[in-house]
Amino acid sequence: MRKFSNEQGIVIPLDRANVDTDYIIPKQFLKSIKRTGFGKNLFDEARYLDKGLPDEDCSNRPLNTDFVLNQQRYQGGNILLSRENFGCGSSREHAPWALDDYGIHCIIAPSYADIFFNNCFKNGILPVVLKEEIVEVLFQEVFENEGYELEVDLLAQSITKPDGSVIAFNIEEARKNVLLNGLDDISMTLQHADDINAFETRWQQESPWLFS
Amino acid sequence: MAGKTLYDKIWETHLVKDLGGGTELIYIDLQYIHEVTSPQAFEGLRLSKRKPWRSEANMATPDHNVPTTLSEREQGVEGIVDPVARIQVKSLDANCDEFGINEFTIDDPRHGIVHVIGPEQGRTLPGMTIVCGDSHTSTHGALGALAQGIGTSEVEHVLATQCLQQKKAKNMLIKVNGELSSGVTAKDMVLAIIGEIGTAGGTGYTIEFGGDAIKALSVEGRMTVCNMAIEAGARAGLVAVDDKTIDYVKGRPFAPSGELWDQAVARWHQLHSDDDAVFDKVVELEAADIEPQVSWGTSPEMVVSVNAVVPDPALVENESKRANYQEALKYMDIAPNTPIQEIKLDRVFIGSCTNSRIEDLRAAAAVVKGRKVADNIKEALVVPGSGLVKAQAEQEGLDKIFTEAGLQWREPGCSMCLAMNADQLGEGEHCASTSNRNFEGRQGFGGRTHLVSPAMAAAAAVTGHFIDVRTLSVS
Ligand code: SF4
Repeated sequence: MRKFSNEQGIVIPLDRANVDTDYIIPKQFLKSIKRTGFGKNLFDEARYLDKGLPDEDCSNRPLNTDFVLNQQRYQGGNILLSRENFGCGSSREHAPWALDDYGIHCIIAPSYADIFFNNCFKNGILPVVLKEEIVEVLFQEVFENEGYELEVDLLAQSITKPDGSVIAFNIEEARKNVLLNGLDDISMTLQHADDINAFETRWQQESPWLFS
Repeated sequence: MAGKTLYDKIWETHLVKDLGGGTELIYIDLQYIHEVTSPQAFEGLRLSKRKPWRSEANMATPDHNVPTTLSEREQGVEGIVDPVARIQVKSLDANCDEFGINEFTIDDPRHGIVHVIGPEQGRTLPGMTIVCGDSHTSTHGALGALAQGIGTSEVEHVLATQCLQQKKAKNMLIKVNGELSSGVTAKDMVLAIIGEIGTAGGTGYTIEFGGDAIKALSVEGRMTVCNMAIEAGARAGLVAVDDKTIDYVKGRPFAPSGELWDQAVARWHQLHSDDDAVFDKVVELEAADIEPQVSWGTSPEMVVSVNAVVPDPALVENESKRANYQEALKYMDIAPNTPIQEIKLDRVFIGSCTNSRIEDLRAAAAVVKGRKVADNIKEALVVPGSGLVKAQAEQEGLDKIFTEAGLQWREPGCSMCLAMNADQLGEGEHCASTSNRNFEGRQGFGGRTHLVSPAMAAAAAVTGHFIDVRTLSVS
C-alpha cells in the first residue's frame, strides 16, 4: 500500500452532509473487476449532466459546471473538505478507490461512517476528523480565498493553514502507523498464525457444529 | 461486575488476540461473498500467492448484477445480456472454482440475494461472527449472529486469515415497548427508529434491538429491522436468541442435526444480554406510536408517517440540516408541506434483502388481491429474494395474485434496490420501494425513491399514490 506522510495542496469544498458512497461512485461502475480507473467517475451523477456508462470516455461528456470538481479554482485539488457522516451507505471500497484514483489522498470532515472510514486506511487515504466549528471556518476560508491550500502532516498530526496557523488532529496510533508505513494488514495478521490455529482448535472443540 | 451484553458475549468468544491500542483480532466463522465486491479480493490473493485459510467457511452467490427477466435467466450465466455484468458473474464462478468456495450459481434453484439465502439455507447460525463485502450483512443479526459489512480489502483479509482486525464498538440498546398496531410492520418500525436517531445515530455502536415489540416480530421481521441497522450508522444489529430463532433454524439444510443440534441449542440459549448488562446508550420507543412510514427525501432518516406532510425546511433550526432538507426536496421535486398522500408516483418495487422474503410477499399480495395496478403506475415489480421464496410464493398462488393485478413477477436478485441491472427508474420518476436506501440515483439516474413496507408499496401500486394501508380492506 502507498505510504501517507504529507499532503499539501488545494482544498476542494464539498459542502454537503451525509455524502453517501453511491454519490461518490454510482453502481454502474462497480461492474469493473479492477481496482483502478474509477477517478473519472468520482461523483459521476453530480459531476456530469448525462448518465455515465462504464468504460465510457468521459472527456466529451457534458459537465455540470456548478459542481465543485468542475470549477476552475479547484482543479488539481487533492484534499477534500466535507460535512458530517461522510461515506455513509454501501460498503463499496470503490469509493476510496475512486477518490484515490482522482488524486484525493486526504479528507477533512467532522465525522465519517464506520465502514468507509476503515476502508480509507486500507488505501493510503487519511480521513481527518475535525470539530464541526473548525470545519465551518475552513469552508469559509476556502470559499473566500481562491487557491486556498492546506498542508497535512500525519507524523506531526497537524494541518497548516496558508497564514501559518496550525490545527492539530487526533488519530489512533495503530492507524497512523499503518498509513505512515504503508503496512499490509494481511501480513501483519499472518504473523499471528499460531494464535489463529490455537483459537481454531479450541473453538472447534467448543462449537463443533461450526466445523461440520 | 456488570453483566454482559449479547454483543460482548459474541465478541469475547471470538477473540483471538489483543493487538494493542484497542485493536483486537477476532475470528470469523463465516463469510458471504457476492460478485461485486470480491473480484479484487480474489485477485489480491492470487497476486500474493495466498490461499483461503478455510475455504469451507465461505459461501458465495451472484446477486447484485443479475438480470431478473425469465428470458435472460433461462439461459444461466450466458443469458446475461450486459457483457460487463456477465464477466463479473463469470469471474465469481471462476474464483469460487479456483479457491474451492461453495457457490449458489445463478441457475441454482437456491440462488438469490445473499442475505436472504444465507439464513434460508441455515448457514447463518446464532452466535456466529459473519462478514460480507456488503453493508446489509447486518441482516443476519436477527438470528443472534454478529454480522457486519466490510470493504474489499477486508474480504481479502478474511479469506486469507479467517480473522478481522477490529476495535470493539460500543453497545446501544433500542427498545421498542408495547405492541405495533395492526397493519404496521417491522419496516415501519425500523424506519421510525432511523427517523428518531438519524443515519449517524448508531455510528460506532452495535445496536441490540429489544423490547416486547421486537420479541413479537417473526424472525423474518427481525431481519428487516437488523437489515437497516446500517442505515442508522451501525455496522451490526442484533436480536437476542429465543425459541422463535431456534425454531427458524431447525431443519434447514446447513443447520446442525442430531447430537450437534442439542449441543448447539444449549449454547444458543445463552445468547441474550444479561439482565444487569450495561449499555452505553439506550433509546426507547413506543410501538403504539408508530404509523406506516414513508420517506420523503434522499436519506433514510427523512421519513414521516403516511398521514403527515413533508417537512418545511424553513422551520428547521439547525443550518446544515436545513440546507440538507432543501437540497433533498429539490432533488425529489417536492414542495414543503406536501401531504405524503399527494406525492405523484410512477413505479413500485417490492423486493431487496430488506423485504423480499415470503412474509413480505404475502403481506403485499393480501393488499393487491382483487385489485388492479393504478393507471398512473408505469411498472410495478415484485422480485422475490431467492429461488426458494419464489417457489414457495408460486405454490401459494401469490404470483397469480400479482400478475392478475398487473404487477410483474420476476426472477430473484437485488434488482431495482440498487439498479445495477436493467431494472431502473427513469430520470425524475418517483418509486414506492421496499428497499433500504433512498439516496440520489440509487434506483436509477435521477430516480426518486420513497421507502415503505411491502403492504404500503402494494397499496401504492393499486391506488396510484401513498395511502395508509390500514384504511384499505385487506383479504
Ligand atoms: S438487495 Fe439491495 S441492499 Fe440488499 S444486498 Fe442487494 S443491493 Fe444490497
